[in-house]
Amino acid sequence: MPSRQRQRPRTPLPRRFSALSLARHGLSRADWPRIWRPRELAPTYDAVIVGGGVHGLATAYYLARNHGLTNIAVLEQSYLGSGGSGRNTAIIRSNYLTREGVRFYDRSVKLYEELSTDLNFNVMFSQRGHLTLAHNDASLRTMRWRAEVNALQGVDSDVIGAAEVGRLVPQLDLSDTAHHPILGGLYHPPGGIIRHDAVVWGYARAADALGVHLHQGTEVTGIDVEGDAVRGVQTSRGPISTPVVVNCTAGWATLIADMAGVRLPITTFPLQAAVTEPVRPFLKTVVVSGSLHVYVSQTARGELVFGAAVDPFPSYSMRGSLQFTESVAGHVLELMPALAPLRVLRQWAGLCDMTPDFSPVMGVTPVDGFYLDVGWGTYGFKAGPVAGETMAELVATGKTPELIAGFDLARFAEGRLVGERGAAAVGH
Amino acid sequence: MLIPCPLCGPRDALEFRFVDETVLRPEPQSAGPEQWRSYLYLRANRAGAVTELWLHRSGCRQYVVVERDSLTNTVTAARLARKEAVS
Repeated sequence: MPSRQRQRPRTPLPRRFSALSLARHGLSRADWPRIWRPRELAPTYDAVIVGGGVHGLATAYYLARNHGLTNIAVLEQSYLGSGGSGRNTAIIRSNYLTREGVRFYDRSVKLYEELSTDLNFNVMFSQRGHLTLAHNDASLRTMRWRAEVNALQGVDSDVIGAAEVGRLVPQLDLSDTAHHPILGGLYHPPGGIIRHDAVVWGYARAADALGVHLHQGTEVTGIDVEGDAVRGVQTSRGPISTPVVVNCTAGWATLIADMAGVRLPITTFPLQAAVTEPVRPFLKTVVVSGSLHVYVSQTARGELVFGAAVDPFPSYSMRGSLQFTESVAGHVLELMPALAPLRVLRQWAGLCDMTPDFSPVMGVTPVDGFYLDVGWGTYGFKAGPVAGETMAELVATGKTPELIAGFDLARFAEGRLVGERGAAAVGH
Repeated sequence: MLIPCPLCGPRDALEFRFVDETVLRPEPQSAGPEQWRSYLYLRANRAGAVTELWLHRSGCRQYVVVERDSLTNTVTAARLARKEAVS
C-alpha cells in the first residue's frame, strides 16, 4: 500500500546543537531525527536501571560520564518521562528544613543551573524566585527556622513581610479580611521553574550519545536473586543477566522492590495538578500557600500551573477528581481573586511514593547489587540531577556518598528518621 | 468513590478518613525494637486488592475495615472494625 506520508530525507543532526546548526536544519525541510536510538536488548549489562524518568536517565548519564561505565540499560515500561517526570509541576528549590535536605537539594539546584550547557540541550530553567506564604504565626515560625537552616548551608532564603510580598506579587489579596490573611513569606530567589520534558530528553540524548541503551516499552516482570545477590532481571522482552539493578521508579517502587524481596516504608498516593488557558505573563514568582494547599506558577507559554497536596487516600489510579478541581480553584481565587475568569484546560495526576519522614530512600539494600532511589514523595523532580550523580557514584565505587548517607533504608529499622515534612510545599 | 458503611449505607469517601493499611500489632511483651519499627514503617502498598482501616469521620465515627482495589478504587466490602477479631 502506497504511503500517503511525505517521504523526506532524514539527515543526521549535528552532534552539538547550536543556534546556527538548528536554524540550518530547520530551513533544510528535512525531518527532525530522533535524539536517541532504539536498541536491541542485549543479554548482559553491567547495570540495569529500572525507570526511564529523570532519576533513571540521570543515573545512567552520570555513570557513563563521571565513571566511564557505558554497558548500561535503562528499562522503561512506557515511554521516557511518562511517569512522575512528566507529571510534576516543574518547580525547583532548595529551601528545605533539615541539614541533609538543604545541602542535597542545593547541589541539585547547582546542577540544574549548569544543565543546559552540560547536556547541550536547553532545559529552560528560569530562576524566577519561589515564595511560600505564611498565613499564621506557626507558619512564620517554621519559615524562620527554615531560613536559618538555609542560611547556614549558604542557600539564599529569607523571611519577608507582607509589604514585600505585595511588591513581588501585586495580584495577591493582602487584605486583613481574607479568610487566610497573608502575614509574610519565605522568599527563595534561586527557586524557579523548568521545562520538565526537556530535562528528560536532554539526559536521554546525552546518555544515548555516551552509549547507554534506552529501552522504552520494556517492563520489568521479575528480578533474579541468588544467595542475597542480584543475578539478572526478567522483562517483557526477555531476560537480562546483570549484577546491578537500580530501582529508580516512582509509583511502582514497592512493586519492583518486592521482586527483589526488599520491603519498603512507602505508601503510594496520587497528586493532582491542573493547567489553565494561557494568558499574558503577569506572574514572575512561584507562589505557594501551605495553609491553602496550593501552588501556582506561570509557564513560559503563559499557562498557570496549579498543584495541590496529595489525594486523601493511597491509590495507583491516576484519574483526576472533581473535588480536586473545585478545591484548587477555590483556593487560588482566595489568593488571587482577579483570576476568576480564567478557565482550567486540563488536569492530571501522578503517583507519589510517600515515606514516613518525607525524605527519600536511597542506597544499598540487604540484597547485594540491588540499589534504591525511591520514596521521593512530592520532591522527586527537583532532586533528579543530584540523585543521578550520587547514585552513579554509589554504583560505580561501591561507597555511599556522604550527601545521601542519611537517606539509607536502614534508618527506619535503626530509628534515624530525617523529618522533612515541615518543608513540604503544602500540607500533606 | 463510595464506601458502603455498615451503619450508614453507601457514603462518599470524602466523609471518611483513610487511616492505614491493616497491619497487625506485634506482641507487646515480646516484640523487639526492630519488630516495632517494621510495624510502624514498612507497608505492603499493594497494587490491586487491599484491606484498609478507615474512619467514618463525618458519619457514625466508627472505624471501618474497607476492601478495595487500589488500581481502580473500586470498593468491594466494608465491615465494622470492632467486630474484626484481632489476635
